[in-house]
Amino acid sequence: MVIEHVNGKKTGTVMLYALSTCQWCAKTKDLLKELGIAFDYVYVDLVEGKEQDDMINAIERVNPKGSFPTLVINEKRCIVGFREQEIREAFGQ
Amino acid sequence: MNPVEVNEPEVNQNYDTLKSDAEEGGYRLNPDIGFVKNLVRGLLKNELRYGYRACPCRLASGKKDDDLDIICPCDYRDPDLDNFGTCYCALYVTEPVLSGQQKLTPIPERRPSRAERKNKKADQPAAARSALTTLPYPVWRCKVCGYLCARDQPPGICPVCKAKKDRFERFI
Repeated sequence: MVIEHVNGKKTGTVMLYALSTCQWCAKTKDLLKELGIAFDYVYVDLVEGKEQDDMINAIERVNPKGSFPTLVINEKRCIVGFREQEIREAFGQ
Repeated sequence: MNPVEVNEPEVNQNYDTLKSDAEEGGYRLNPDIGFVKNLVRGLLKNELRYGYRACPCRLASGKKDDDLDIICPCDYRDPDLDNFGTCYCALYVTEPVLSGQQKLTPIPERRPSRAERKNKKADQPAAARSALTTLPYPVWRCKVCGYLCARDQPPGICPVCKAKKDRFERFI
């Protein structure tokens, strides 16, 4: 399975679309870990074919630029980029 | 796609080359060496899996023609340095960021979206050549740094920023 889960405090569905080579993505993932919340993440560059296309389409629906990292909280809120303050506030920290 | 492994001596060697090339051309790398080496690792990984050094912070399509604009240094580096003091990845930064006068922050994506790029590509053949086609030589422009030269073909490597021949566009 390409989607990895990180255990932590449950705050609904938290999905991080990232690239395995991107340092802002790495910082975002580290921040989520630091906040201790449960989240899923996927390195879209390591996914291939139709599975990758579907993921790109899903990202573009919430972030038309299709850029990384894209963080989707509870399938409605979307934070694009390593916006540290915004991410902390989204989880009340 | 399986993860590709890059060896450490290669990362260090490429970091040194990248740094000296940057400085020679008047550019500066992010002073956070660990951060930059991770980006170098990403560039080398992309070179292994795609055949070219696609930006580590953008998803490459694997089709070189579609990714020419994001081969590092990307077409967006210079305008991003001008506007934000950093390139999209924070690999390259400006002097004020280097000296700590300006804070380094993540910046918005300047590259057009997939749909916008597709439309632009479809428009290109219609782009009219100007009335200057009577010049004795065509003028080529490096899309990375703006270097211009008048000759039959663009140079193999840009003398200013070291971008390869395929990053040149016919300007006039």
